[in-house]
Amino acid sequence: MADYILRLRRYSPETGDAPYWEDFQVDLDGHRSVLDGILQAKDRTDASIGIRCSCRAAICGSCGVRINGKPRLACHMHLDKAVEDAPDGVISVEPMGNMPVIKDLIVDMDAVHWKKIQRVTPWLLPDGPDPEQEHIVAPESMIDVTQTMACIQCGACVSDCLSMEVDPLFIGPAALAKAYRFVGDPRDGQRYERLKDLSEDPHGIYDCTHCFNCIEACPKGVAPMSQIMRLRRIAGSDHEIDDRNNGHRHEKAFVKNIERNGLLHEADLLPDSYGGKFHPRAIPVLTSSLPVVLAALMRGKVTPKKALLHQHKASDDVKRIYKHVHDKEKRYELNLYVAGEEEDAGDEAGEAVQASAAGSQLPEERSPNT
Amino acid sequence: MPAHDVLIIGAGLAGQRAALAAAEAGASVAIMSKVHPVRSHSNAAAGGINAALNPDDSWESHAFDTVKGSDYLGDQDAIEIMCREAPGEVLWLEHRGVTFHRNGEGKLGTRAFGGASAARTYYVADITGQALLHVLYEQLMKAHAQVDRYEEWFVTALVQDDEGDCCGAVARNIRDGSMGLFAAKAVIQASGGAGQCFKPTTNALICTGDGIAQSFRVGAPLMDMEMIQYHPTTLAGNGILITEGARGEGAHLYNAEGERFMEKYAPNKMELASRDVVSRSEQTEINEGRGFPDGTVALDITKVPRKRTLEALREIVNIGRDFAGVDITREPIHIKPGCHYIMGGVKTDIWGATNIPGLYAAGEVACVSVHGGNRLGANSLLDTLIFGRRSGEHAAQRAAGMAMPQPSEAALANERQMIDRIIAREAGGRRISEIKDELGEMMNEKCAVFRTQEGLTEARSTIRRLMEEASVAAIDDRGTVFNQDVLGAIELGYMLEVAECIVMGALERKESRGAQFRLDYPQRDDGAWLKHINLSPNGGEGPRISYSPVTMTQWEPQERTY
Repeated sequence: MADYILRLRRYSPETGDAPYWEDFQVDLDGHRSVLDGILQAKDRTDASIGIRCSCRAAICGSCGVRINGKPRLACHMHLDKAVEDAPDGVISVEPMGNMPVIKDLIVDMDAVHWKKIQRVTPWLLPDGPDPEQEHIVAPESMIDVTQTMACIQCGACVSDCLSMEVDPLFIGPAALAKAYRFVGDPRDGQRYERLKDLSEDPHGIYDCTHCFNCIEACPKGVAPMSQIMRLRRIAGSDHEIDDRNNGHRHEKAFVKNIERNGLLHEADLLPDSYGGKFHPRAIPVLTSSLPVVLAALMRGKVTPKKALLHQHKASDDVKRIYKHVHDKEKRYELNLYVAGEEEDAGDEAGEAVQASAAGSQLPEERSPNT
Repeated sequence: MPAHDVLIIGAGLAGQRAALAAAEAGASVAIMSKVHPVRSHSNAAAGGINAALNPDDSWESHAFDTVKGSDYLGDQDAIEIMCREAPGEVLWLEHRGVTFHRNGEGKLGTRAFGGASAARTYYVADITGQALLHVLYEQLMKAHAQVDRYEEWFVTALVQDDEGDCCGAVARNIRDGSMGLFAAKAVIQASGGAGQCFKPTTNALICTGDGIAQSFRVGAPLMDMEMIQYHPTTLAGNGILITEGARGEGAHLYNAEGERFMEKYAPNKMELASRDVVSRSEQTEINEGRGFPDGTVALDITKVPRKRTLEALREIVNIGRDFAGVDITREPIHIKPGCHYIMGGVKTDIWGATNIPGLYAAGEVACVSVHGGNRLGANSLLDTLIFGRRSGEHAAQRAAGMAMPQPSEAALANERQMIDRIIAREAGGRRISEIKDELGEMMNEKCAVFRTQEGLTEARSTIRRLMEEASVAAIDDRGTVFNQDVLGAIELGYMLEVAECIVMGALERKESRGAQFRLDYPQRDDGAWLKHINLSPNGGEGPRISYSPVTMTQWEPQERTY
């Protein structure tokens, strides 16, 4: 047993008081969870502490909070681990972000999270009547969407989504991961329509800024940002959806720009994103960005030489990365369940070497995953 | 006053399936739950759902395994229905979008499970319950025009009309503390089990026997309450579940001496014998000194190929890492039997109807009885869906032929007073959490895998004392918004009432059958006890006991070996 101090963010809408911090001392083994600590404070000291919780095993998704400023499930964070990140050894627990607080650690998920889930038509839309038996689909396709089925709707990713902070209308990581669950499901008959919808929506898949917060936040390995990127690949590359947000063209321009220059050449990026300097679509955009360019010139942020004559060229290393990606027959799929974890690859390779040393099998004959 | 044809209490798999079925039958539906539906405990059912869907398998074989698993206490007519309808139900789920595991041909693939004579468990990795629950919730969102959802509403009482028919419920909106009276032509209880009567338990904190107690209070008899399943593989201390899927995939059990002890107890089925058998074997090893010092035995999942474990048992890889600090792909994990499931519940017929007209029950809250003395793994998801659907259909049918009842406002006033009295309690009583912990620890000691007359008698008197203490337990929170303290006080009352029924059933049944093992009556006694124990309210005196026959169709009781 050890003592831990939990600093809880308290708020009661009935008192009219502003939110405040309150410390509780708890006495538990370090491998017990922060939730166990909060429940002990509730049990022993103050039963009015508000927190949603149920399963205690990271499967019901009730107890999303911020621990030491980071979004977590309270049941999924050990006290001894939490205290390592805690300034002054005090573990702070506060409600999740991007959602209104109802009381103490309880937020209004309906107002934000569930609205966004409903935005993506979150049910299967099969073609035609049900078949007599099951749908016949590739085993890998079901394993693939199982990563997004693993989402427990805890809201941790929504809590710390930077794009949503800037654009509250952004559909957001959880709902877009849910969308992949249907787009990746071969039984869905509206996959193209879903992709078109999510590409054309200004708050859709191209509104994500790749900050990785949701991947770090997710306690279940859903990796929402990876699912958003997969939606983009399928929408842009497979279905060639040229969205009105210019998202797909911008991505292509970005990839080409780096392939050529190694470092970003911003003066090319903007026109290329709109189809090239002389494309009718690019002209109004370029014109409208002139004041920004002029201001940057005046303040010395750019020089005409730097802006127009990009000196940098892609290095051999960059070229090798591009070649490696281009040469791969199948796209790299960012999916834990399909690809296995990296450490497995290492382990299996290690085992293979041992096996070959024993004369039974050569490493080359192992599965392509290694 | 909100009025619906069918009001469903509880939004786990049974409740959601009932809601979809009732809506499809044309009823207006309300589904009400004290938590958001996807937080329901159906999530925790990891391993899968049984159905004899494979052409080489048969529903009769599934039914026989279930009858045998129940130690012949299950009602065979209900078991036949469940097993016959299982394949259709699994296909229905597949068509709605459940991402079931496929075999190499792209068809539904299976895994092995305990007590089953064929591999007939369909699954989604080891998140089957979660996958089903979330897909049903997708369907519920789709059906929003027919189904009103009351999320985070806490039911405090069922309401009856002058004839005694159930005609609605009173509930508290957890978010603002307001109380509402809901009229309904039929009410379906689908609010789950009562594992929180035990500590530790695999059950979530919300599993406090609400629906069992509410139904009992309006006079619906309970049945088979003594039958509490101890799951063979739970973590010591916190009671977190390791799915039976692990053994289904090939994991072994060892005692501290490195002996694969199931060879002694179930030489044919080994680790995949019925859960009561495996739990009893483990407890025997532990009691006889062949366990580890922390009172456990070892589950060795390293027998399963690592890639397969990472793909099909990923959730317990995480659980092992996060809750026990063990990499299950590399080393054995210590486990013990732990309270997991209540086979008993509100007595219903094969349509989910209870003895109270207008009141139905489905899922863990109910006792049809398809599980009898012991439930087979992967039959619980099936039970929730089959009898959830059937009760939804039947309730809709009842509703179609009648006018909307007008429940009395007095019921609402009573419940308001009940809550006001809790909030007005004076300081000085014991803390609710303390009473709850004492109950749970006591039940886990005296009403567990092995039971005796003496222990159960003590349990009964402890519960009576705790009931007294609970009635004046201290309250900290006197607010209206998310007052979880008041709800905890009400839940404690439910738990104590359910615990008393469990103990009374266990005291009454003077034999050993299924999950009930009496050290003082170690044999099964078909002559005297091949019957259900029913419990009905009897004033404040605790439950009154009666019996009902077990329905037999085609399987005579035999000796049960695995």
